[in-house]
Amino acid sequence: MQALLHQILSGLANGSIYASVALALVMIFKATHQVNFAQGELAMFSTYVAFTLINAGVPYWVAFVITLGFSFTAGVAVERLILRRFRHASVLSAVIAFIGLLVMFNGLAGWFFTYTIKVFPSPFDPHAWYGTTYLSPHEVGMISVTLIVLAIVFVFFRFTRLGLAMRASAENPQSSRLVGIRVGWMLALGWGLASVLGAVAGMMAAPIVFLEPNMMAGVILYGFAAALLGGIDNPWGAPIGGFILGVLENLAGAYVVGTHLKLALALFVIVAVLVFKPSGLFGRTVVVRV
Amino acid sequence: MTPLLELRGVDAAYGTTAVLRNVTLEVEDGSMVALLGANGAGKTTTLRAICNMGVRVRGEIRLAGRRIDGQSTETIARLGIGHVPEGRGTFLSLSVEENLQLGAYLRRDRGVAADLKRLFGYFPVLRERLHQQAGTLSGGEQQMLAIARALMAWPRLLLLDEPSFGLAPILVQEIFRILRVINKEEHMTMLLVEQNARLALDLVGHVVLLETGRVVASGPPKQIAANESVRRAYLGQ
Repeated sequence: MQALLHQILSGLANGSIYASVALALVMIFKATHQVNFAQGELAMFSTYVAFTLINAGVPYWVAFVITLGFSFTAGVAVERLILRRFRHASVLSAVIAFIGLLVMFNGLAGWFFTYTIKVFPSPFDPHAWYGTTYLSPHEVGMISVTLIVLAIVFVFFRFTRLGLAMRASAENPQSSRLVGIRVGWMLALGWGLASVLGAVAGMMAAPIVFLEPNMMAGVILYGFAAALLGGIDNPWGAPIGGFILGVLENLAGAYVVGTHLKLALALFVIVAVLVFKPSGLFGRTVVVRV
Repeated sequence: MTPLLELRGVDAAYGTTAVLRNVTLEVEDGSMVALLGANGAGKTTTLRAICNMGVRVRGEIRLAGRRIDGQSTETIARLGIGHVPEGRGTFLSLSVEENLQLGAYLRRDRGVAADLKRLFGYFPVLRERLHQQAGTLSGGEQQMLAIARALMAWPRLLLLDEPSFGLAPILVQEIFRILRVINKEEHMTMLLVEQNARLALDLVGHVVLLETGRVVASGPPKQIAANESVRRAYLGQ
């Protein structure tokens, strides 16, 4: 019983990583109907930036904030300089551009920071009071950080003028232009925010999966699965899908398929969702009155 | 006096398909002008050309004397042109309130709340529906929302693309009556595209008649309505 509870709770901790990544994917998908395959590599690269800052003696949370600033800028730059040129291109061209970005960031990280596996520090003291028998302080910390970030994202989209403009641009770009919204910049802003979410996930995951250029390969796969499970069209479903998937992964790993087939589970979920419920658990099937 | 809106020798095309040829028209400040013509005459294209919405434009378009052709749609909105597009352009998944807030997106002044109240005076149904999802509104309510959304920006010129489209005749009468009041009371200049010539002739002070992308007649409604071929083609007389 205790073991089960432990599996479930630490599944939520892993799930928080998938939740952030899934939300990042959904944000870009909603706005552009493109799936950002490079999301994980951008996050990995940002994590290296944090690592470099921390090694240079910058306090963890200062480095954390600077890294978020860096990823935001990088996300905006990638959209403005590269992806906007593929806005009207065919789906395949866009996919190739995303894969190109993935390979590029992976290569750059290897080149700048080497492929040696590095230990990334956790900001949460391993002996802190909020650690329990079931969850280490880092796991409690990453769940909390994720929930705080999700809450901020929710408030931003729900209650600010800019958030409203971004939702409007995603739904109806033409009408948005007619009321004076600069839709192109809203897309870039969406990219910036998505890449911030990815960076948070990267920095929270790195103490567990260790820092190396391929650290996000497995995580991004789970992120895709989570986004699909929650409904790729539903920004609130994606994080829930992430948490569900984290728990599912742990339970299946412990009791069903064993740790070696954990990654295959993500692929299994992707296929299962696409076959049985393409709109996901919380997805809306759009009905249009004509 | 310079007209508020002026098109001079405007050609417009979608890709390589030419739609407008040498269109010249003026909209005086405070007036209400109707753009009439058969299906495919280029009425919607004229409005799209003014706002640079996916149309290739040659010629001059001026707002209060200032060239606006070649500017982006967003910039043109910022310069003071409101546009109720074909199909209304409602943000269906957002609430009525959010749709109206988006209309006032560009405004930083404190008058927004007061203007919202003023618009509720014209469209009381929107107040009742304020927290409803816009997609659940009826066609007439959505049309009112689209007009109110455009008015929230308090533009210098309002373009309306077939406000009567798909609505019951009684609703059309109501919306046209409100438009006329807004034109008079708020001194809101309007250029509207209309399929229903009879209604438009009753409503506006000036008519521009388009035929296959060219302006074939322009003048006060009485003069246009007196034209024999117009009577036959558009009024069924």
